Amino acid sequence: MTSTTMAIPASQPTRKSASLKRDRRWALITSYVFLVIFAIFFLIPPYYMVVTALKSDAEVAHMATNPWIVANGFTLDQFKILFTQTDFLIFFKNTAIVTTCVVVITMVVSVLAAFSLGRMRFWGSSILATGIFLTYLVPDTLLFIPLFQIVKAFGLLNSYWGMVLVYPTLTVPFCTWIMIGYFQSIPKELDEAALIDGAGHMQMLLRIFIPVALPGIIAATIFAFTVSWAAFVYPMAFLYSADQQVLTVGTVTSLIRADVYKWGMLMAGALVAAAPPLVIYAFLMDYYIAGLTAGATKG
Amino acid sequence: MAEVALHQVVKKFGDVEAVRAIDLDIPDNEFVVLVGPSGCGKSTTLRMIAGLEEVTSGNISIGGEVVNDLPPKDRDIAMVFQNYALYPHMTAYENMSFGLKLRKFSKAEIRQRVEHAARILDITELLDRRPKALSGGQRQRVAMGRAIVRNPKVFLFDEPLSNLDAKLRVQMRTEIKRVHQKVKTTTVYVTHDQVEAMTLADRVVVMNKGLIEQIGTPHELYHHPRTHFVAGFIGSPAMNFIPCRLEQSGAGLRVRISDAIAFPVPAANEGRYRPVAAKELVLGLRPEHVTEPRHNGRDDGCDFTATLDVVEPMGMETMVYFTMNGTEICGRVEPKSAGDAGAAMRLHANIDHMHLIDPASGAVI
Repeated sequence: MTSTTMAIPASQPTRKSASLKRDRRWALITSYVFLVIFAIFFLIPPYYMVVTALKSDAEVAHMATNPWIVANGFTLDQFKILFTQTDFLIFFKNTAIVTTCVVVITMVVSVLAAFSLGRMRFWGSSILATGIFLTYLVPDTLLFIPLFQIVKAFGLLNSYWGMVLVYPTLTVPFCTWIMIGYFQSIPKELDEAALIDGAGHMQMLLRIFIPVALPGIIAATIFAFTVSWAAFVYPMAFLYSADQQVLTVGTVTSLIRADVYKWGMLMAGALVAAAPPLVIYAFLMDYYIAGLTAGATKG
Repeated sequence: MAEVALHQVVKKFGDVEAVRAIDLDIPDNEFVVLVGPSGCGKSTTLRMIAGLEEVTSGNISIGGEVVNDLPPKDRDIAMVFQNYALYPHMTAYENMSFGLKLRKFSKAEIRQRVEHAARILDITELLDRRPKALSGGQRQRVAMGRAIVRNPKVFLFDEPLSNLDAKLRVQMRTEIKRVHQKVKTTTVYVTHDQVEAMTLADRVVVMNKGLIEQIGTPHELYHHPRTHFVAGFIGSPAMNFIPCRLEQSGAGLRVRISDAIAFPVPAANEGRYRPVAAKELVLGLRPEHVTEPRHNGRDDGCDFTATLDVVEPMGMETMVYFTMNGTEICGRVEPKSAGDAGAAMRLHANIDHMHLIDPASGAVI
């Protein structure tokens, strides 16, 4: 009697755990299959870019060779010509200046804005916060027309300093939004403790809030960097001489002449242009994800 | 060190009056506990003393100086929060020294003060750790250390033990008392736990609905509550409240609970109760005053029989629950003499310790 009653519950968990194990294995297999498909899908363009950049012009033009491999030997000619015979380095320098300025301006403005909107209770602060986010929803393809007038009024048409003026319209709203969410997730007792400890608002921001919200700040910095580095519409509309041009538009306009595409150099240029964001992402990825998710759930 | 005085202090949040014109004088070195149910205005009062909430009207003074318009940092107070509010990116040492650094103390002075506080709180070996690497109790000690190093005029505690488990709470309670005995700073402590209030306080302030119900030593509040609310709030298990009628019985008075049960009022109290004779009242009697008969057979008219609903053995004593006149009553009896649930038991009401409450005003007569 006892043995039969004992046998039933003993057999059930075994069966259950076996099926759990099987479910888990299938889940893993399915995930891996899709992850591999995704990885291939997203890695093909960069691979193609690398392969093409390492070929000679003759091999690129020769239709008979396999485009997926370097058949006639690696060469760095594309890079050499790109750096020495085109304005690529000027574009790179302009982009670096613009991006650095934009990131600094964005972070100063959005951290201060987010701190006041997220932490200081004042009349209309929540409406203002929503309003700032709404401005982000207006696409740059629409904004560049009125912005053209503004840039012109400032005398910054065809100057990369004009980009320093207009890019923050894209970066500040979103970065402020991320930072508001981040600052709001910090318990209010922390600023009260700091107030009692004798900190003013600026000290509180610099010594408590910025260090505590560092993942959020890094996420916002990466966002501002990426937007500014990869912006296309505004430089396309506002810049037209080579010495003022930035990477995105400059590479395309100088390496595509009518229907002549200098594919090798285009790919080499794209590769070099993609390097800084890649390096920054690689180092700060963990912070970036932590920052984005915190902002998403608590904002 | 300083005295704290609140004069006709009012706090309104929009139309809601959280604190209604309270007066409170706290002498130097005293440990005062504000206690009451949630929403009674005790935390708001503390936050007004701290300067974290503005006073709608009235005056708050610390050390004789009116501080209504002073920011928290200029009030020379230190506060310990319920959730510790430690700076997560700083070590325990940095947390404790932050306030001193902002006040531009010398490095040597800071080190000496932090180490002294760490010794008092027994956290010397934790000074290099970040809050994440500390347990709840250790975090609370660091938070207290942050308050102690400042050597402020007043300590403010906002439910500092609510986040700790029961055992640690008792331990930290003793710790807080010990620290106060050592540093002797005027302390205002807020809690909703009446046991914490009774054990820690020199004086307890019972608050309810934004008003002070009573101020007194723990002993006074327990034995001489002035209102129905205080009588019910202080003491665990809570005081029994039984609807009754005070009636004339010959020359004396009698508290009639039901047709069958009536207790004679002790002669000493008759003068006090005579004006309310023949009125509907509420009898207040603490559980320890409802016991098995302990008078060696001399019945003073206060014995009665009740059918027990629930019997809870606690070890040292046994709690018995029964219904009288439609109200559940709790009694504390000797474990040996406790009856079984469902059985009848002979009990005794120690009527010398009774309170009579006017149900209309809530005042203890």
